Amino acid sequence: MKFLLDLHNKIRPDFEKGGKMERLYPLFEAQDTFLFTPAETTHGAPHVRDAIDIKRTMITVVLALLPVVLFGIWNVGHQYNLVNQTGVAGLIPDLLRGAMIVMPIILVSYIFGGLWEVAFAIVRKHPINEGFLVSGLLFPLTLPPTVPLWQVAVGISFGIVVGKEVFGGTGFNVLNPALTARAFLFFAYPVQLSGDTVWTKVTSEAGGLIEGFTGATPLAVAALVPAGQNVLEALHNADYAGFDWMRLFIGTIGGSIGETSALACLIGAVILIAMGVGSWRIMLGSVFGLIAMSLLLNLLPADKYKGFTQLPFYYHMVMGSFAFGTVFMATDPVSAAATERGKWIYGFLIGVMIVLIRVTTPAYPEGVMLAILFMNVMAPLIDHLVVQSHIRQRKAYLGKFRHA
Amino acid sequence: MELISLAVKSIFIENMVLAFFLGMCSFLALSKKVETATGLGLAVTFVLTLTVPLNWAIYNYLLKDGALAWTGNPSLAGLDLSFLTFICFIAVIASTVQLVEMTLDKFFPPLYSALGIFLPLITVNCAILGGCLFMVERQYGFAESVVYGFGSGIGWFLAIVGLAAIRKKIRYSHIPDGLKGLGMTFILTGLMAIGFLCFSGISL
Repeated sequence: MKFLLDLHNKIRPDFEKGGKMERLYPLFEAQDTFLFTPAETTHGAPHVRDAIDIKRTMITVVLALLPVVLFGIWNVGHQYNLVNQTGVAGLIPDLLRGAMIVMPIILVSYIFGGLWEVAFAIVRKHPINEGFLVSGLLFPLTLPPTVPLWQVAVGISFGIVVGKEVFGGTGFNVLNPALTARAFLFFAYPVQLSGDTVWTKVTSEAGGLIEGFTGATPLAVAALVPAGQNVLEALHNADYAGFDWMRLFIGTIGGSIGETSALACLIGAVILIAMGVGSWRIMLGSVFGLIAMSLLLNLLPADKYKGFTQLPFYYHMVMGSFAFGTVFMATDPVSAAATERGKWIYGFLIGVMIVLIRVTTPAYPEGVMLAILFMNVMAPLIDHLVVQSHIRQRKAYLGKFRHA
Repeated sequence: MELISLAVKSIFIENMVLAFFLGMCSFLALSKKVETATGLGLAVTFVLTLTVPLNWAIYNYLLKDGALAWTGNPSLAGLDLSFLTFICFIAVIASTVQLVEMTLDKFFPPLYSALGIFLPLITVNCAILGGCLFMVERQYGFAESVVYGFGSGIGWFLAIVGLAAIRKKIRYSHIPDGLKGLGMTFILTGLMAIGFLCFSGISL
């Protein structure tokens, strides 16, 4: 380490003001802060002595994402081997197969997102931010494993440039960049991002498809249940192994790479909350919102409305990307509401919107992405209202003393 | 139930600004402060709620083909005055706006001066004429036109207040020089429209 530090200090003048490679300073700075603790302090008062900075925050999120990534890789390979009846099974072959499918997607996302990040950092002279490590990893996890790589590149470019960099980079964006990228792809190339055939990679080689495989996600199955029929029964009879609660919770089903396992997301949630990085208010609010809305829908007469309305809330929680979105997307500290009370409202409304979009919109089987984007749009307004109400309360409180 | 469905549709699904991009000029220009945006949003909501039903009555009892049949005069019953639709609608809108303007001037002078030129310009706010013309095109009944006018207004209100809050949030953002002000607002409007897309296709 000493050797590296010496080397860095030796070439430092080249990158600083007046040096030969002054323009590339953001690259040097990124390298420097990545390897060493920077000596730099906050420019203005007040100063707080704390080990946490953007770098540490973002790395914590990446750590919390690791269970999701690993499970996603394993599951993609597992589904591939199982559905195509390749004849190989077991942890290692599944992981290898999954890595072959998933790693290129993650790499393309990091490479293209990184290029934009560096380009903007050099031109606009702001430091390269570790926030990109999170966006660049979150985005591929929201994609189906069959997505063409060029679309990954187009999507992450849109997300990083329009979703984040035009606002001035990390910390200034309004919408979550990873979700902006996902929404852009979803509306621009719906064929590759939705439907029944994209969630599990299927090949024509190997030994033919497994019996009963349709590729439909649990949400797609539930959405098609007509009025008067039992939605749980339909779920249990669907697909080659049936969608029961435990299978949905663990996540051994086809789907977007990172979304299938509620269990892995739960582990991530524990890490985020324990480290104080993710807001438990938002997560809990979202769970409450989901429970409230699905209980409300359960009250509708079963014989008049489609079966989906009768789905119990504990199924809503493990289906689709509710867990992933709530834990990793909704809690993005930049695009979420910033006030404490605002976080409850923000999370609650996300939960409500998710169920509402899932059940009432035939065009979108899943509502998590759009619900969170919509609430990202509304978050500043919530904050504004909360702050105004605080001001009013404080005024009324002080007024009492004045008259006493 | 039908009316609730129409209200939800006009507020969220077919939002005047974010689905049809109507009424953009004042939407972009007056969204710098939340208070001003709230005032303009309320004014537009008021004007829409009043003019859509008024224009409904005028269209259905005076202008439409055979609308004058209630006079009992056979020479009037066959008249089709619908070529006057635009000019009548604009006249009604202008007079309503005049009413709002006088009320604000008298009772809320700070808001009146904050809205400035954009208050009389509500007259030519395309969201309002658009609302009236959608009412004709979709053949709404009276109750529906009241709900539709009110819902569209609330949708417009929600959009402009949301945008104003976002612009307040990004006030200290490090935005590229070329995009400061209107450029950024256009991008924001586009991103907000993506957010509002979540409602499209909701069937109640």
